[in-house]
Amino acid sequence: MNLILFTFIVLLGFTSYYFGRKKAYTIQSTKKRLTALPQFYGYYLAIWCAIPAFIIFSLWAIFEPTIVKLLILSDYSNQGYLDDELNLIYEKTKALSRGQFTGEITPFIEASAEKYLSLRSIAQSSKVVIVLSAIIASVAYAYKRISSNSRTREPVEKFLNAVLFTASLAAILTTVGIVFSLIFQTIDFFKVIPLFDFVFGTHWYPAKAFVRDSSEALDPTMYSDTFGAVPIFAGTFFIAFIAMCVAIPIGLMSGIYLAEYASYKVRQYAKPLIEILAGIPTVVYGFFAALTVGPFLKELGTSMGLEVSAESALAAGGVMGIMIIPFISSLSDDVITSVPQSLRDGSYAMGATKSETIKRVIFPAALPGIVGSILLGVSRAIGETMIVVMASGLAANLTLNPLESTSTITAQIVVILIGDQAFGDPKTQAAFALGMSLFLVTLCLNIVALRVVKKYREKYE
Amino acid sequence: MNKNKEQLLNKRYKAEQRFRLYGQSAIFMALLFLTIFIFKIFSTGYSAFQKTWLIVPVTFDAELMMLEQNPSKEDIQDADYYDIALKSMADLDPNANEDQENELKRMVSYFFEKEIKNELLNDPSLIGKTKEVYLTASDDLDQVFKGNYPRDLPEDQRRVSDYQLKIFDQLVANGKVESKFNISFFTNADSREAELAGIASSFMGSIFSILVCLMIAFPVAVLAAIYLEEFAPKNRFTDFIEVNINNLAAVPSIVFGLLGLGVLLAIFQLPRSTPLVGGITLSLMTLPTIIIAARASLKAVPPSIREAALAMGASRMQTTMHHTVPLSMPGTLSGTIIGLAQALGETAPLILIGMVAFVNTIPGSPMDPAASLPVQIYIWAESAERGFVEKVSACIMVLLGFLITMNLFAQIIRHKFEKKWS
Repeated sequence: MNLILFTFIVLLGFTSYYFGRKKAYTIQSTKKRLTALPQFYGYYLAIWCAIPAFIIFSLWAIFEPTIVKLLILSDYSNQGYLDDELNLIYEKTKALSRGQFTGEITPFIEASAEKYLSLRSIAQSSKVVIVLSAIIASVAYAYKRISSNSRTREPVEKFLNAVLFTASLAAILTTVGIVFSLIFQTIDFFKVIPLFDFVFGTHWYPAKAFVRDSSEALDPTMYSDTFGAVPIFAGTFFIAFIAMCVAIPIGLMSGIYLAEYASYKVRQYAKPLIEILAGIPTVVYGFFAALTVGPFLKELGTSMGLEVSAESALAAGGVMGIMIIPFISSLSDDVITSVPQSLRDGSYAMGATKSETIKRVIFPAALPGIVGSILLGVSRAIGETMIVVMASGLAANLTLNPLESTSTITAQIVVILIGDQAFGDPKTQAAFALGMSLFLVTLCLNIVALRVVKKYREKYE
Repeated sequence: MNKNKEQLLNKRYKAEQRFRLYGQSAIFMALLFLTIFIFKIFSTGYSAFQKTWLIVPVTFDAELMMLEQNPSKEDIQDADYYDIALKSMADLDPNANEDQENELKRMVSYFFEKEIKNELLNDPSLIGKTKEVYLTASDDLDQVFKGNYPRDLPEDQRRVSDYQLKIFDQLVANGKVESKFNISFFTNADSREAELAGIASSFMGSIFSILVCLMIAFPVAVLAAIYLEEFAPKNRFTDFIEVNINNLAAVPSIVFGLLGLGVLLAIFQLPRSTPLVGGITLSLMTLPTIIIAARASLKAVPPSIREAALAMGASRMQTTMHHTVPLSMPGTLSGTIIGLAQALGETAPLILIGMVAFVNTIPGSPMDPAASLPVQIYIWAESAERGFVEKVSACIMVLLGFLITMNLFAQIIRHKFEKKWS
């Protein structure tokens, strides 16, 4: 139904464009001077067709469900139901009207389902009538304005400008959406679990919250030893540290080599090949870590008499490091190439060798940019999910032994939220609280890194 | 004195060589990882494109199938195939006792009944006759035949019994085991049985998510980029938008999953596990990537183009829409494709919005529950059965093939259509 209406409105839009343009040609044929190119007359009319339709469609989408729900539930209002029960009744009504209801059908619900259907059809037909009359009215108004040959290009361009501006708000809206989706659950979580316990507690055992009988009242003391995030934060930074131990030396050295030593040909082939590593999906790295690197390290360890977990932090961190190599290498390559040639020439003129020039002149000059690229790499390591979910442990384990298994923020979020979630459960909220801390940490890292890189760029431009 | 100088110089030259060597070995290491990686995936995955069939003589006994004389098509459709299927498997070893007959049955997939039925549906004249039918081997025997399964393990640690191996070896010796190209890997939906599991459902899920993602992210991102690059006044607000975009590009993908869960599913009540929600989530993630690419390519259009258009009396909007934007399109498009390729490989956000559900039907629209290729990799990688290992690698090969094609496409667009301004 909506689709038919929508197609019809689009068709109307095209027709009004056509009529607008035609009107412009008629005006032109009377030897009057047009105020804009003929197609602007068409656009003008089409926009006047689209705006009312859009406004009414969105109003309906926002208010129709609420109003229908209010009307349906008004029948039950004086029977002393609780809010939750009313919601349930409404859901049952909707399900029955769609013919998907499987439970026991009471006459009450049947009556409301019929009422629901009739309300919906009233809403639908009134929408059609209102949309069409609004379009006709606004197009008639616009047509009159065209006929008097008033300006059309300026309003059309203003409208386009407004559309462009709205699109650019999408980035802000996304950020707002992220904060919005995280903050409420996080606040609810900290109502049950004190912030202090979360930040300084050393026992993370969310499965305990699962055992709770849902009919019991929430007892905060029950969770006092359940949601201590220290082992998870420690695990996250530990795995990120291992990753950086792999990624920094290899990434940095290959960046330096590509920028300073490599011949054009080597650079031409090696650079895209290394960047392939960045294009491989992380789930593939996870599979590689879990099925190849983990067992390999375990076997290697056993042969040397060490006890290595098959889900060791070393396997996850090492593979993550491989993933981050290209980020560091290509960013530091960029940074090093943008160091001005005069610095190099000066150093060579003093008799320094190439490596001395790099170590003493270029590296210090490029340091801020390199630090920025490393920080971006760290942020990526902390936020990386699939490798740790697949290759590291799922139980939070406070350890600094790379051969044991640990867990990370991202892995815990996935573990908690995989499958069905009950909102309002402290366990689910814990995942959002973890997400919030992840977002804040990476946000800080990103802002610092981006600022450092930007400052550095400005210095040499 | 002179000697000292020479020593020092030698030392410095050695240090130079060492440094150079470090660089070379770093590159070598990175490329070595890449090679190991690709080799590992291909060596475990290529065998999944082959499927093992057992050729078993089946007697289409009308009585056992409860068929009357001259059955119609519907009768054949409704006939009982279980008994003849079971009998033809049991006939492989005439001396088998009841337990062994059970083991014989488990040598083929549980789909064997249907395979026999299809054979008869294709050729109804087979009733009363015996024909050799291709039956899908069970995933364990499939692995044995491909040599991926250690046969020298003690029997109680194997999922294949000695008896099954004995019969299987007889079949191999008689040439009754055949390996053919695994079409069902591409046409079947996911399944709990490794020998029947395919990527069709997750493939369609990926395609739908990417389409939804493209339809939302591309227009919004391009419009936003046009505004920021061509029209936006330089003030605090536009600076704020810029900071936002740059940050969003570096926000971990799982946070977008939480956004999808907390806003799209909990507040807007969109259907769980569907490519629609997945696509919207991914589009929010690719948005900054495309905006940044589109802005870069708008910036690369030289000012002289704009000035020329303005000098001819075009308005700013006309200049942008008729000249700048079309000239920037190749760069924008290749950036979009690269962004989509990233989105295609994304797993974590899709897991959070429930696209990990077990789906054994092929989705027909973005509103049907589905998995996606990377999520399928995750699901299979978490399965314990040995048969899934090669499936994972094969699925990775398909995904990588996809990504490589997309990236090549982006390169081609860039090289072929982008104007070089000098």
